[in-house]
Amino acid sequence: MAAKEGILMNLLEVKKVSMHFGGLAALTDVSFELKKQEILGLIGPNGAGKTTMFNVINGFYPPTKGDVYLRGQKISKLKPHAICKLGVSRTFQVVKPLQRMSVLDNVIASAFLRKKNKVLAEETALEVLKFTNLYDDRNIVSKGLPLGKRKRLEIARALATLPEIILLDESFAGLNPTEINEQIEIVKKIRTARGITILIIEHHMKVIMSISDRIVVLNYGQKIAEGTPHEIGHNPSVIEAYLGEEHGA
Amino acid sequence: MKKFLPLIIFAILVIVPLMGLSTYTMHLLILVLTWSVIGMAWNILGGYTGQVSFGHAAFFGMGAYTSGMLYLHFGISAWWGLPVSIVVLTALSLIIGYICLRLRGAYFALATLALGEICRVTAENLVKITGGNMGILINERTWVEKTWFFYIILLIAAATYILIRIVIGSKLGYCFVAIREDQDAAESLGIDTTFYKTISLCLSGVLTGIAGAFYMNYMGYIDPSIVFPLFDISIVVVMVVMIGGAATFWGPVIGSIIMVFLAEVIRSLPYIGAAHQTIFGIILILIIIFLPNGIVAGNFFKFLTPWKMKWRQKKASL
Repeated sequence: MAAKEGILMNLLEVKKVSMHFGGLAALTDVSFELKKQEILGLIGPNGAGKTTMFNVINGFYPPTKGDVYLRGQKISKLKPHAICKLGVSRTFQVVKPLQRMSVLDNVIASAFLRKKNKVLAEETALEVLKFTNLYDDRNIVSKGLPLGKRKRLEIARALATLPEIILLDESFAGLNPTEINEQIEIVKKIRTARGITILIIEHHMKVIMSISDRIVVLNYGQKIAEGTPHEIGHNPSVIEAYLGEEHGA
Repeated sequence: MKKFLPLIIFAILVIVPLMGLSTYTMHLLILVLTWSVIGMAWNILGGYTGQVSFGHAAFFGMGAYTSGMLYLHFGISAWWGLPVSIVVLTALSLIIGYICLRLRGAYFALATLALGEICRVTAENLVKITGGNMGILINERTWVEKTWFFYIILLIAAATYILIRIVIGSKLGYCFVAIREDQDAAESLGIDTTFYKTISLCLSGVLTGIAGAFYMNYMGYIDPSIVFPLFDISIVVVMVVMIGGAATFWGPVIGSIIMVFLAEVIRSLPYIGAAHQTIFGIILILIIIFLPNGIVAGNFFKFLTPWKMKWRQKKASL
């Protein structure tokens, strides 16, 4: 993949983004690019600003400084629904299923973004549910789903908006090993079968190292490293900030 | 069978006035239908979109006053209030929506509560325009007997029911429910929450206003304490929907049947006097404890399961 990078255009550009909450600098001058059809990992210790970064890209927070560009168009002042319409979809770390709706209705609700009527929306929803192996659970009220399937429902819902970029916020956290393997397959398939670019936050080192093309490391709101998984694994400042304990053990 | 139930009920209701019922019974049926319309309207906003309003008297009263003021100031039939209130209530809903819909949850409820009261106090004090506490009296009543009033409100109720069925089955309905379940999730899935909440409020407000305009024509007299009250309308409509079942098609109808008849029965009990509202309150509390999802949505037979089982279930589901 690394060889291809030069040819592919930058789909999403984060330029010198700072996000301050009162006196707290959650992000300071963070810049990175997301290239078409790549899987970019975003890692960092707890409180490093990863989810804040997602909230800025997604439009929940307008950045204090800096801008986010999608295909060269500035999106950092837009509302989340407008950004979603432009093709950036996300999942939540703390899953937010539409609890009292069935799994199918959850996905239909988001498929309506691009589909005019219910027949078409349902068609898209069913296709996405098959893709994420949730088809058999489609009539369950989503409140009753176990965590692993809720995480997958988050992905299914995001996919149903037919995005160009999908932001996955800890889609592997709290899953058991079998579910993790299943989830890895789905994430890989999202790129290979659907051609969607993926930005992923993950604490699970094995997962992030195995699926990412490149990794951006945040620490205390600042970017401390960027590179291939191999480079990141050998970067001294990353090891010190983040991987140190794990490698030492 | 279930598919044709609405049609069958409609057909029965069409025949009802021909059965020679007493004026009093007809009056109660008209009240039930009026409350059904208000309940269904509230249900769009409170039940499906999850924006609980304690100020629906504002819409009801505004509809009634639109009708009344057309008669009072322009001398035209108060029935014009029905179409005109659509325009007036859309405007009012947009204003209220602009002010209140930026608030969430309890704050929205409190803001609507305040707005309902503002409308009442305004109507009381703009004596030259609204007649103040003297109210508005229509001298020339359209009909003396109830038959046509019944058919008109039946038509309004049926149209409201059909409209809601269509809306809830469409993209609008999905967006409303998504907003109710999680506003942030809805927003990030590309649903313009502000826009859809405004649409929901407008639909709800306009339908409530039409019920208000009908009420003006039917009763022939209104004053601010009749059409703008917090307790007798804003709170009661919440009760109607909660008892019947929020976010269900038939909940508001069942709820209004219970509310209207319960109110009449309790009021007619001997030796109670003003205490009838106390009993009313106790019965409501019991219904809410045992059927928290309302009669239509909840399992009616849960009444029979012992207290402890229910309590345990609840504890387990928390």
